[in-house]
Amino acid sequence: MKTLRVSNGGGTTGNLQQARPDAKMQSIALNAWFGSKQALKDIDLTVKTNAVTAIIGPSGCGKSTFIRCLNRMHELVPNARISGQVLLDGKNIYSNEIDPVQIRRRVGMVFQKPNPFPTMSIYDNVAAGLRLTGAKKGQNLDEIVKKSLEQATLWDEVKDDLKKPGTSISGGQQQRLCIARAIALQPEVILMDEPCSALDPIATAKIEELIVQLKNDYTVVIVTHNMQQAARVSDFTAFMYLGELVEFGDTTSVFENPKSELTEKYITGKFG
Amino acid sequence: MTNYRLRKFKNQLFFVLCAVCVVIAVIPLLSILYEVVSRGAPQLSVNFLTQRDADGGIGPAIQGTLILIGLTSIIGIPVGVLSGVYLAEFGNNKYAASVRTVNDVLTEFPSIVVGITAFGVVVLGIIGSYSPLAGAVALSFILIPVVARTTEESLKLVPNSVREAALALGAHKWRTTLSVVLPAAKGGLVTGTLLAIARIAGETAPLIMTVLGNAYFFQGFSSPMDALPLRIWRDSLQPYANLQAQGWGAALVLILIVLSLNIAVRVASRGRLRR
Repeated sequence: MKTLRVSNGGGTTGNLQQARPDAKMQSIALNAWFGSKQALKDIDLTVKTNAVTAIIGPSGCGKSTFIRCLNRMHELVPNARISGQVLLDGKNIYSNEIDPVQIRRRVGMVFQKPNPFPTMSIYDNVAAGLRLTGAKKGQNLDEIVKKSLEQATLWDEVKDDLKKPGTSISGGQQQRLCIARAIALQPEVILMDEPCSALDPIATAKIEELIVQLKNDYTVVIVTHNMQQAARVSDFTAFMYLGELVEFGDTTSVFENPKSELTEKYITGKFG
Repeated sequence: MTNYRLRKFKNQLFFVLCAVCVVIAVIPLLSILYEVVSRGAPQLSVNFLTQRDADGGIGPAIQGTLILIGLTSIIGIPVGVLSGVYLAEFGNNKYAASVRTVNDVLTEFPSIVVGITAFGVVVLGIIGSYSPLAGAVALSFILIPVVARTTEESLKLVPNSVREAALALGAHKWRTTLSVVLPAAKGGLVTGTLLAIARIAGETAPLIMTVLGNAYFFQGFSSPMDALPLRIWRDSLQPYANLQAQGWGAALVLILIVLSLNIAVRVASRGRLRR
């Protein structure tokens, strides 16, 4: 069923000398395919600790594929495969002895469309991650749920409705519920795949505020269509085009002095 | 203008044809119901429902049908649901494709063939006598493919984003399936299973060769047992009016059991919509 092959990902320490000390995650010569179609071409990108890294680019440029490679969700698609390495704290997450389940526990994800579990209450949605990964009975679920909802700035809106279905709240609240569900597991990195694309401007503003707060405790990677959003929330910006990483740098210089003509054309709205 | 009239006439003709066909389809159903209720209802009494054959009751048949439904559910539902889970969640390979084909063939299998198979394997081979267990095995062969198919279909209706959400939290595949996907498909699962049970409750052919029929209440797992379809069949062959009347009563009771299962289905699926 899975046809994942890792061409040069044999050892955990193979590329340690290339790992940068301030890097939480780093992709090295990362290629990804869907069947015979290549979606990523030799991506070398560094994600810095406690910072927000934004990935921008036109539709189909491989943004989502890239972040799905960072928590090994890419390989869930039939016939999808990768080559190259992705380092998390200097260790290759694609090496043979690593179980993708452990990686996903450490690298959380928020999806494009809010996807709370339809059969669970708001409370159970937040507790789901701990329960599904076999939480010990001793852990104080109530406290973790409260803290996670507070961090996702949702607690005040739902504290009296914790028993209601997770799908009964508004779209923007559902997305913050999904963020609370991700942070309840205390991941090290949070990946966000266009988290605001299904939301109205007010809900978007709330999520953006939240993203800026989250970087105090977590490392955040966000994929976005919205260049203003990237400029507002991120510290670093990567511009991708047709599966290649065109430009990467701190957000101010990418937006004010883009090195590549392509980047300039994209951020000034001349294509894309 | 004549053209318009002709078109209007064709339109009306089409409607009338449809309406006539509906009436033709409904007549047999209503006449069967009328016949069964009018002849069966006078038979209903506490004595009729609880006593054995010699005392003018169909108690053993009702007991047998309920035992068969219970045993078949115990054997068939876990196997059916788990096969459906396999086909839906792990069934992206050639083995599953062939299982799916065989399963579809089995769904439409003649029940008399299932009966003779269970007779050969269970009655002659394993137990050595007619047995409620042999009947339950035969009925399971009919139940399992239906349950597996409906389970697969209702699991496929669960959006993939729900699975991804659970996997992205670091849940294993089995945990995702059990705690997230199956509950999300619960409504469809319950409906499909109850419909399959309603179908096996009325099967007659496999029971003739496996549980045989009996005029006494349950006598153990290596003795023949009665069931409502068998009782109806036996009574219909009798020349005596009072036994024929009891057959009609048994038919009404069987319809009521299936009907109450159907009502249970409705309630279960309405619950799904409300949520």
